[in-house]
Amino acid sequence: MTEIFGIPLQAFLSQLLLGLVNGSFYAMLSLGLAVIFGLLNIVNFAHGTFYMMGAFGAWLLLQYLGLNYWFALILSPIAVGLLGVLVEKSMLRWLYKLDHLYGLLLTFGLALVLEGLFRQQFGVSGQPYQVPDLLRGATNLGFMILPNYRAWVVVASLVVCFATWYVIERTKLGAYLRAGTENPALTQAFGVNVPRMVTLTYAFGVALAGFAGVLASPIIQVNPLMGNNIIIVVFAVVVIGGMGSILGSILTGLSLGVIEGLTKVFYPEASSTVVFVIMAIVLLVRPAGLFGKEK
Amino acid sequence: MKRKLISAVVAGAFALAPVAMAQQKPAAGKISDGVVKVGVLSDMSGLYSDLGGQGSVVAAQMAVDDFGKTVLGAKIEIVSADHQNNAETGANRVREWFDRQQVDMVTDVLNSAVGIASGKVANEKKKLMMNVGAASTRLTNEDCNPHTIHYAYDTYALANGTGKAIVKTGGDTWFFLTADYAFGHSLESDTANVVRATGGKVVGQVRHPLNAADFSSFLLQAQTSKAKIVGLANAGGDTINSIKAANEFGITKNQSLAGLLVFITDIHSLGLNTAQGMLLTDGFYWDFDDKNREFAKKFFAKMKKMPSMIHAGVYSATMNYLKAIQAAGTDDALAVVAQMKKGNVSDFFLRNGMLREDNRMIHDMYLMQVKKQSESKYPWDYYTLKATIPAAEAFQPLSASRCPLIKK
Repeated sequence: MTEIFGIPLQAFLSQLLLGLVNGSFYAMLSLGLAVIFGLLNIVNFAHGTFYMMGAFGAWLLLQYLGLNYWFALILSPIAVGLLGVLVEKSMLRWLYKLDHLYGLLLTFGLALVLEGLFRQQFGVSGQPYQVPDLLRGATNLGFMILPNYRAWVVVASLVVCFATWYVIERTKLGAYLRAGTENPALTQAFGVNVPRMVTLTYAFGVALAGFAGVLASPIIQVNPLMGNNIIIVVFAVVVIGGMGSILGSILTGLSLGVIEGLTKVFYPEASSTVVFVIMAIVLLVRPAGLFGKEK
Repeated sequence: MKRKLISAVVAGAFALAPVAMAQQKPAAGKISDGVVKVGVLSDMSGLYSDLGGQGSVVAAQMAVDDFGKTVLGAKIEIVSADHQNNAETGANRVREWFDRQQVDMVTDVLNSAVGIASGKVANEKKKLMMNVGAASTRLTNEDCNPHTIHYAYDTYALANGTGKAIVKTGGDTWFFLTADYAFGHSLESDTANVVRATGGKVVGQVRHPLNAADFSSFLLQAQTSKAKIVGLANAGGDTINSIKAANEFGITKNQSLAGLLVFITDIHSLGLNTAQGMLLTDGFYWDFDDKNREFAKKFFAKMKKMPSMIHAGVYSATMNYLKAIQAAGTDDALAVVAQMKKGNVSDFFLRNGMLREDNRMIHDMYLMQVKKQSESKYPWDYYTLKATIPAAEAFQPLSASRCPLIKK
């Protein structure tokens, strides 16, 4: 059998693919963070909580309204987005003129409160959520058995990520958005309703997290701590990619997922730290991140 | 003159007062600081908080209420704290409790890393730790000390129960998925020893970080190993997510999972469809008999879930601690331990219970099998009893002890 660094090719390829699955989640979450940071200058520490609430949304819809996965995939992110609107209009709005630190503290506090409420209500063991019927089963790829659902996760997240990138970088709406980022006062003078755009951007960013949460719910137990486990890594991804860089966060998310996956084969004990080691190296060499611009 | 006399009497009265008060104290028995305080240290918010957590505080309070709220005339109080699965946080809290808050005994203390660190503090401060929640056998071996009692279970008992049963039914090649800290290592090595001793073979292992987000990668390595049995040397949320991913990747078709530390709350969360057929070792099952059901129903009324082995263990430990103080006439840690070693500790949790020389509390353990959905008749009806493992066989024999307290 062909081997790469002493690992059978088969195992190597399958780990690569699994890394890509995890990378898809990193990409979606860091994309939301990047969009929010780009326009609002807010380091959204509550992002993991919105991810968790997206997953809980799916579970609650199924449990109490009998609505299946496909409805949840649409409704849950919308609900999370609406909550985002509420948060932005009632709290974040007052912080834009202040230092980054205040936004970080507020969203961090918000994350603790929301997570505490869910923990109080649902405990930490989590709730089970089944894979939808359509995506049950697995496909034999020759080198591994890939559950259909995981393949769907990669496809769905790639579509969403690149659609977002396209809208922001290639359309008129995106142009307004970027103009609003560069110079809000001037953009407003041209008749663009910047405050509303800011609200909607935040809502979109957290809805993206909610969407990732729904995608994750059949894979891992729907659990109040699930956001906590992933968000720190996602922040590292954003820092490596460069704060606010759209394409950077997508590509970094995917590639770090793959690197982490490979670490799990070569030296599993380091799999939880490898992302941070890379972060430290990137910060030393390119403080603005791989895709970021020095300001 | 008269005035002088009055002042003298008053002064004398004041001078005598502390003596009188000091003399009153022993009337409340030899209770340090006039209060018996039990500290419940657990994971209150993290991945283990359903196994212990708030449920352990409730269980300890139930024991105090059932005991009668005072012992030898002194009030009994419960305090609790979150150690966040951090050994340093836990040990610091325990030190503060002993030094400044007159805590006499800490219990639960799940998470082996926290358990071992807290046990060292208890020994240094000459107070007691009755560890219910931690699993590592190190507590009664390398890290044993006179002030640490290991109460409910340990990795040897788990390995001995589940490992032996599985090898005997043909599961003779093993691959381990191990949580990368004291507990996981201990569970893995104890089980590997049992597997080898029973004639099986260990073909490999992979260590995953505590609270890992994704297990598919580790499970694929288990799959490549072609071992018949994938031993899950982890706990709580990690076990749940391992089992879930194993189902998803079809690993359960050709290989079997052995949950080496599975709590009833995990089964509840996974659902029987995912968990059915799994063998596990437990120290307590709520539906075992009327005595257990009586405790479980009271607990359920307060917590809206059935008690885990840790919850029942915390109740039993607190109760036995208070009884021992009563019988010994003091809350001095070593006197209490000596009292418990005299016997009479058995209750609904400790069947054939005995506190051994190495401070290992031994009692009957149970080999359970998770029911199929169709066999489950009512909520929380999850286990079928496969075998009762007698106290004397369930735990590591004293002859194999590595505890320096044991004279050989």
